[in-house]
Amino acid sequence: MLELEDIQHYLLTRPKASIARYNFMSFRTAESGRKWLEAMMDTVGTVHSVNNGTETDMRWVTIAFTFNGLRKMGVDEVSLATFPEAFRQGMAARAAMFGDTGENHPDHWEDNITSPDLHAVVILFARDAEECERCIQRHQEYIDLSPGVEILSSVHLEPVPPFDYIHEHFGYRDRITYMSIEGMDIEPTPGSLPASKPGEFFLGYPDETGVIPIMPQPEILTKNGSFLGYRKMQEHVGRFRDFLKANGKTEEEQELVAAKMMGRWRKSGAPLVLCPHKDDPAIGYDDQRNNNFDYEKMDPHGYACPLGAHVRRMNVRDNRISQIMNRRLMIRRGGTYGPALPEGAPEDGANRGVAVFGGCADLTRQFEFLVSVWATDPEFHELNEKDPFIGNHDGTFDMVIPNRPIKKKLKTLPAFTTVKGGAYFFLPGLKGLRYLASLGK
Amino acid sequence: MSQREWENPQAVAIPKDSNNWEMGRYGPVWPKTPACYGFTVIARVKPGKAETLRNYGHIITKALQGSPHVLAPLKLHYLRWVLFDNDTRFMYQGIFDTDFDKYTEDAIALFTATGINTAFENLEGFPEDWKTNKDGFIKFIRDHQCPSFMEYGEYPFVSSDEIKKALKLKAAFSEMLDQMQ
Repeated sequence: MLELEDIQHYLLTRPKASIARYNFMSFRTAESGRKWLEAMMDTVGTVHSVNNGTETDMRWVTIAFTFNGLRKMGVDEVSLATFPEAFRQGMAARAAMFGDTGENHPDHWEDNITSPDLHAVVILFARDAEECERCIQRHQEYIDLSPGVEILSSVHLEPVPPFDYIHEHFGYRDRITYMSIEGMDIEPTPGSLPASKPGEFFLGYPDETGVIPIMPQPEILTKNGSFLGYRKMQEHVGRFRDFLKANGKTEEEQELVAAKMMGRWRKSGAPLVLCPHKDDPAIGYDDQRNNNFDYEKMDPHGYACPLGAHVRRMNVRDNRISQIMNRRLMIRRGGTYGPALPEGAPEDGANRGVAVFGGCADLTRQFEFLVSVWATDPEFHELNEKDPFIGNHDGTFDMVIPNRPIKKKLKTLPAFTTVKGGAYFFLPGLKGLRYLASLGK
Repeated sequence: MSQREWENPQAVAIPKDSNNWEMGRYGPVWPKTPACYGFTVIARVKPGKAETLRNYGHIITKALQGSPHVLAPLKLHYLRWVLFDNDTRFMYQGIFDTDFDKYTEDAIALFTATGINTAFENLEGFPEDWKTNKDGFIKFIRDHQCPSFMEYGEYPFVSSDEIKKALKLKAAFSEMLDQMQ
């Protein structure tokens, strides 16, 4: 049974909030960090507090630590050595594996995210802009009470227009598939995998192998915790819109190109496998239908959804490629930052994009595999392609659109995104947070 | 791969070690050669366990007869299992289209399903808790891997999927010609 009163809410529920602020924190001393954490404890949200939240309730805070942060808080070296290699190294040190080279290289990352003094992230959620200001003020008050605690940087996330559907800057509808976990009473939608074993996302529970994986120590710190992979990606909207125009003569053709790259229609999220020629919002907005498909039986050659499309890469639905899809899942959170680029407006160079967290129990098996293998490996499916959106494109890769009689090619895809930040965090349970706050006493 | 690279056999000499090798999720990744990817794992057999190990030849043959495509995700070309030095040592040689690092967890799952991992329990140094200790399994493979210093490919870099596709096309053309008689 999931210990819902101990697990932070972040990966399990979505608060009724449309705005979020990521504050990346640094502590000059262990004591200042602990004092700040102690003061913040009452505001950390669990599933229970989020679902029962009131107008003025600020218990929607999420707190996670980097490896350096755990060390700064005073976790002993013997315990620190039990944490996984990837988490200890940090994402920037593993950049080459992700293909984060050239413009994506960590040297160009923003927000001081590669600073060795990045110790924690606190995520503040708010219902609207006014509440967000209030939360930021409240948080600043906590910081002022704890000298030695500073905000290294912040990322502000809010939805972009049009507001009639949730989407990112390229216009793709988001939050269609979601994880269901045993014990959470959420039925998987038709076509989804069966509900996941909790150990795929939370430490201290059996995972899909049926056993509880070895946990980092001490257990009081790590039980009910998760690992988070953070990626900040700038989205080059003008470049994307130009690409659509260059590859489609009419708006209809352009929408089809957009759909072929993603694997779902842009506005409705309807999967290409179920409606390969025309968007069908009725399917897109019906949870009983929008996930009810596979590729192995329904579309083995990719005539509906290209083999290299983003959603097909991230969730292969094909036993010929992987029989352990249930071990390659992660819970995605995050949102859009930066101003919208109005339709028809020329590229203005503003810093806009998505900042996402991927939650899982095993960063290497889950998060790193999805990004470094299925997204960026040209040998995926022997396509000699990269993910159209998150592959580290340099203008030399094409994308094949299987078609009868002759396949089509989208030639020389530019980089539509640039990686502007990344880090690994550990998201403790409440007992884990209290343990950290109590170290040194 | 350039268009007709497969037409001319190629050999490549591989350095003993290199700082230039790509870093994978679990360590350095040996580069792809004209013989694609592969590993040669050599280990000592636990005393008295050679016959148990040898019997796995039958077990795995049977497992594959039941589901011939079970190893598909690993893109295997060939496997050779050898007992030598008077049955005191075991060599596992595999040639794949995927490198071990990228599909490690798939390999572990598939080896478990086909009984291959249980066969390895008869080797000295193989972690007893391999079912939950993925890192231990990977360490065993990497510690016992003997990298090649030269590899040759008759049809360089060609994947087993490409070969099967070519054979299917050939059969289809043959059928087409027959139907046109």
